[in-house]
Amino acid sequence: MLLLAARKWKGGWSDGILYAILLVSSLLCLFPLVHVVAVSFSSSHAAASGSVVLWPEEATLSSYRFVFRQRQFLEAAWISAQRVALATAVGFVLTSLAAYPLSREPREFAGRTLYAWYFAFVLFFGGGLIPLYMTVKDTHLLDTIWALVIPGAVPVFNVLLLLNFFRGLPRGLEESAKLDGAGHFKVLLRIYLPLSLPALATTTLFTMVAHWNNWFDGLIYMNSKDNYPLQTLLQTIVIAKDAQFSSVQDAAAMALISDRTVHSAQIVVAAFPILLVYPFLQRFFIKGIVLGSVKE
Amino acid sequence: MKALRWKNQWPLHLMIWPAVALLFVYSYVPIAGALFMAFQKFNPAKGVFASPWVGLDNFRYIFSMPDMGRVLFNTVYIASMKIVAGLLVPIAFALMLNEVRVAAVKRTFQTLVYLPHFLSWVILSGILIDILSPSEGIVNKAIAGLGLEPVFFLTDNRWFPFVLVTSDVWKEFGYATIIYLAALTSINPALYEAAEIDGASRWKRTLYVSLPGMAPIIVLMAALSLGNVLNAGFEQIFNLYNALVYESGDVIDTLVYRIGLEQAQYSVATAVGLFKSLVSMFFIVISYGLAYRFANYRLF
Repeated sequence: MLLLAARKWKGGWSDGILYAILLVSSLLCLFPLVHVVAVSFSSSHAAASGSVVLWPEEATLSSYRFVFRQRQFLEAAWISAQRVALATAVGFVLTSLAAYPLSREPREFAGRTLYAWYFAFVLFFGGGLIPLYMTVKDTHLLDTIWALVIPGAVPVFNVLLLLNFFRGLPRGLEESAKLDGAGHFKVLLRIYLPLSLPALATTTLFTMVAHWNNWFDGLIYMNSKDNYPLQTLLQTIVIAKDAQFSSVQDAAAMALISDRTVHSAQIVVAAFPILLVYPFLQRFFIKGIVLGSVKE
Repeated sequence: MKALRWKNQWPLHLMIWPAVALLFVYSYVPIAGALFMAFQKFNPAKGVFASPWVGLDNFRYIFSMPDMGRVLFNTVYIASMKIVAGLLVPIAFALMLNEVRVAAVKRTFQTLVYLPHFLSWVILSGILIDILSPSEGIVNKAIAGLGLEPVFFLTDNRWFPFVLVTSDVWKEFGYATIIYLAALTSINPALYEAAEIDGASRWKRTLYVSLPGMAPIIVLMAALSLGNVLNAGFEQIFNLYNALVYESGDVIDTLVYRIGLEQAQYSVATAVGLFKSLVSMFFIVISYGLAYRFANYRLF
């Protein structure tokens, strides 16, 4: 009896430690984000005094007002939105079109293995930064939005993910469609794509998040800052600390905002679309990752 | 026979060619370009076909650079620490999460730790620079509250690698946890019941049921991460470092960026990049071989 009670108590004790560790690590992931949100809504005075922790002090929308009045910031956000839309559309078409032939058995598609290695090789080996930059320059994409879309338009990892999904689909449907006279294009469009919605949602979300978050290509391919997508602009403002307050003359406005509160607001705005879709994202992604990594 | 084949198969070729062509231009042409430029004194005005050849001069130059030894060491050192921590933390976290019996609680923890993965290094670095600032950052306010001296996390060479590894684990451990958790959920519950009946404690069950059940995935992830031994994480370091911590934080990729795009020494940067690609490919081939042999993993 005593032994049983001891065992029970021991279980409770280890449960306590377990939950404490899980809780602390979860909060460590969330805390910095909440802190930045709190700073972004605080006055410059409160932010400088260091009293802001998880809740805004002397709450004000001034930093956000400042951010949304910056023409360059809004234009960069628009470029990012266009970029995500274009890249998602192009990526969707190219990924589906490439994954279908690669999902065929070699006897149905003679070049299949050769093509597959052609695709996979670029996962292993690249020419590096400078030659890629030269190629983008020579194909006249510099300073256009296509420089952000075209060089990475074939996400090979997504192709692999989708082709593995295609392979798991029942072949019977396809065979009966073929008997009815459907060609490859029709089979892809009418059977494979509608049946692959979970995989397509995963790869599409992958593409959208990657393009929203990418800042480096904007930094190297755009000569003019007017062409920067949002994350690239954020990089130059928050990380490289380029001039910021050239447009603020008003002393009263300066009392409410500071570099620190404005940077925090800019970070929050740039993260906002991700946070907004996150609940939808993560459900798909869990499936997607498992789909892409664990195979029989 | 051949004609019949073509008649059936031409749509498949047609489908795949747009992707093939784009990969050719933006993946294979740069590879070819690198093979030229690394052995030339590349002059952008002349292009790869007219620039003079210099043999191995660029490689001789990079290995005689006084910084090269330090940069190679930093790269391997930071990357290895990230690989080890990036394996152990998610495994431990998945094992702990697996002990949580209430599904909703489990999912909540999982959702929270997974969040930083979705944010860019620009955003996360912006946050880190703010919270780690010696003057107004909340971490140093807390340290000051304990009566200690402020820590210059991002400008002190003793601290910088630690910040890199910790923040990388912070960003990515939730992502990797999912993979291990998937492996854990596929373990037959009867094994746990049997172990319990035999009197195995929670610790013993973890040691003798959970860990062996995860072993194939652990081996796979470990093997695949071997390919990253020269990838110390460009985006993260580029956004967090500064001249004060070049000594401990400068890695191959940041060096390529500086000598290539900032100093316009195209050939030298390409030679460094090519060296990195070749070594990386060597490790990837080995790791793929290991993954195939020990975890029966195939790419497609």
